[in-house]
Amino acid sequence: MTSPPVLDIRAVTKVYGEGDTAVHALRGITLTVERGDYVAIMGASGSGKSTLMNIIGCLDVPSAGHYLLDGTDVRGLDERRLAILRNRRIGFVFQSFNLIPRMSAQANVELPLAYGGVRGADRRRRALAALGEVGLADRTRHEPNELSGGQQQRVAVARALVTAPTLLLADEPTGALDSASTADMLGLFDRLSRSGRTIVLITHEDDVAAHAQRLVRLVDGRVVEDRRRTTGARHRMPEGAR
Amino acid sequence: MSALEVLRFALRGLMANKLRSSLTTLGVLIGVGAVILLVAVGNGSSEQIKKSIQRLGADSLTVTQSTTGGRPGMPGGRSGGQSEQSSGPRTQAHDLTAQDAAALVDPVNAPSVETASPVVTSPSVTAGYAGTSATIDQFVGTTPSYFAAANKTVASGSAFTGDDVTAAGKTVVIGSSLAEDLFGRVDPLGKRIDVDGIRFTVTGVLKESGSSSSSFTDPDSIAIAPLTAVQQSLTGYGGLDQVIVQAKDSGAVDAAEAEITEILNGRHDVASSGAADFSVSSQASIQSAVGESSRTFTVLLGAVAAISLLVGGIGITNIMLVTVTERTREIGIRKAIGAPRGAILGQFMAEATVLSLLGGLLGVAAGVIGSRFTIVGVRPVLVPSSIALALGVSIAIGLFFGSYPANRAAKLRPIEALRHE
Repeated sequence: MTSPPVLDIRAVTKVYGEGDTAVHALRGITLTVERGDYVAIMGASGSGKSTLMNIIGCLDVPSAGHYLLDGTDVRGLDERRLAILRNRRIGFVFQSFNLIPRMSAQANVELPLAYGGVRGADRRRRALAALGEVGLADRTRHEPNELSGGQQQRVAVARALVTAPTLLLADEPTGALDSASTADMLGLFDRLSRSGRTIVLITHEDDVAAHAQRLVRLVDGRVVEDRRRTTGARHRMPEGAR
Repeated sequence: MSALEVLRFALRGLMANKLRSSLTTLGVLIGVGAVILLVAVGNGSSEQIKKSIQRLGADSLTVTQSTTGGRPGMPGGRSGGQSEQSSGPRTQAHDLTAQDAAALVDPVNAPSVETASPVVTSPSVTAGYAGTSATIDQFVGTTPSYFAAANKTVASGSAFTGDDVTAAGKTVVIGSSLAEDLFGRVDPLGKRIDVDGIRFTVTGVLKESGSSSSSFTDPDSIAIAPLTAVQQSLTGYGGLDQVIVQAKDSGAVDAAEAEITEILNGRHDVASSGAADFSVSSQASIQSAVGESSRTFTVLLGAVAAISLLVGGIGITNIMLVTVTERTREIGIRKAIGAPRGAILGQFMAEATVLSLLGGLLGVAAGVIGSRFTIVGVRPVLVPSSIALALGVSIAIGLFFGSYPANRAAKLRPIEALRHE
């Protein structure tokens, strides 16, 4: 393969605080995700999965180790460059949807394009296409409070997809949804995965993780399990994880 | 991310909370409106005072006695060619006399002087008529030429004559408000009023001078009687209070002033005593003195209004801080999806500036509309520079008071902002 892996995490640690009160959220994670992969990261609360997600999402920087997103080393990038990186390479889907209130679905989807500097007509076209892709072509003028939870989350997915990011990063995307909407949402992710999108999904529910092709389990800031569902084979623990 | 885009986000943010935005705008509106209106009121009242001084007549000069040579604090109170005088007590001060006044009317030595009217004044005299009494602010004793020199017009009846002055006739011409106070609806002509036990016959009523109540004394509460009669009954035969000189025309005022000084210097023996015992002031010099004090008044009003503008600005900071706290999560989302710091900073700065600019524009409108009405007897006169200044300051306030909350928003870290509930 000529193109670099989407995620290349090498011995990343994250420590909050100093001295005796220091909290080791990540104790050395090594993880590689190739293009088109569908990875579920699992772990109980306190396992460090939120910290890992913040680092993958370029919202935070590791204390030590290297993190290459799509071949770009994130270390040493200033805030402005991190913002550009988030805008171009990553599409976020949050547990609580995180749509901006009092803005129509279309305006919400257009927002990353606006920050990315895409002009009016092109922006509208791409936003409508993204909303069509998640099946909300008829709800473009609705504001978040006029949409159901499932629909809001689909708007959030459309917003994540609209910039054609290298990575779709979903943090407990079904955590606030009922079972019907959950099934709906997981179906959407499956479809996106089949169309070649790279997806990293963070969850603590087994049946959600079951949709992914690969499962990574975190305990106390370390990767304790990394297996591929289709093959069923367990990978050996990578070196840096110990 | 174009500037237009940032502005659109800002407007959308403001529209999301219309009541709050409009109340904040109101704060700035009041501040800007108050600055414009109060400065206009101050300006209007100073114009009014100027006008009422002008009513004295542009061609009249006032000669007053001064017991301490010259009058240092008084701009324009020049004493002829002799500039500063010693201001020590004087022993040889000459009173101004009716003869002085008569000497000023001299076609040879004072070609610029038209008339000179000796004036004695008795302040706050009580006059009575048929059981009613009223206080006369000024009881003036003078000669008939005073009416023209002081711009007093007789509306009904007639002024007294030179013969009345010679004969010390007890006739009086009264001001319009005095006529109203004493006589009400009764025609005052021919009636006799009682002034400190002496009876004067009213021969005429003056036209209303039109000065507003903003002047310190009512110019229409006046009674004008022959000089001799007033000296006889009220003031005694001491010196005159002033001599009102009317120049040939308004262009001859300066020449007249020089001539008066010349003549009086000679008559009062100033050359030997070394200091003038009188001062000559023209309307222009009084005007500049009054203008000075009314400017101070305007500045004071403006300062009070500026405080309210400042309060409006603090209102903006306050509301923007609340907005930033309230929308922390939104800021987090925007940052997570790649909003650069500048865009967030710009959005909140734009929100603050739009608030203050809108308030400023509405304030200008309110100030301009408000200045069309008469306020406490003063017709406000707009000062264009105050509009520009108030508007400029309101925009600056938006930028200045908005920058702190906007900076705080821009500095928020996305993870913490997202975690914020």
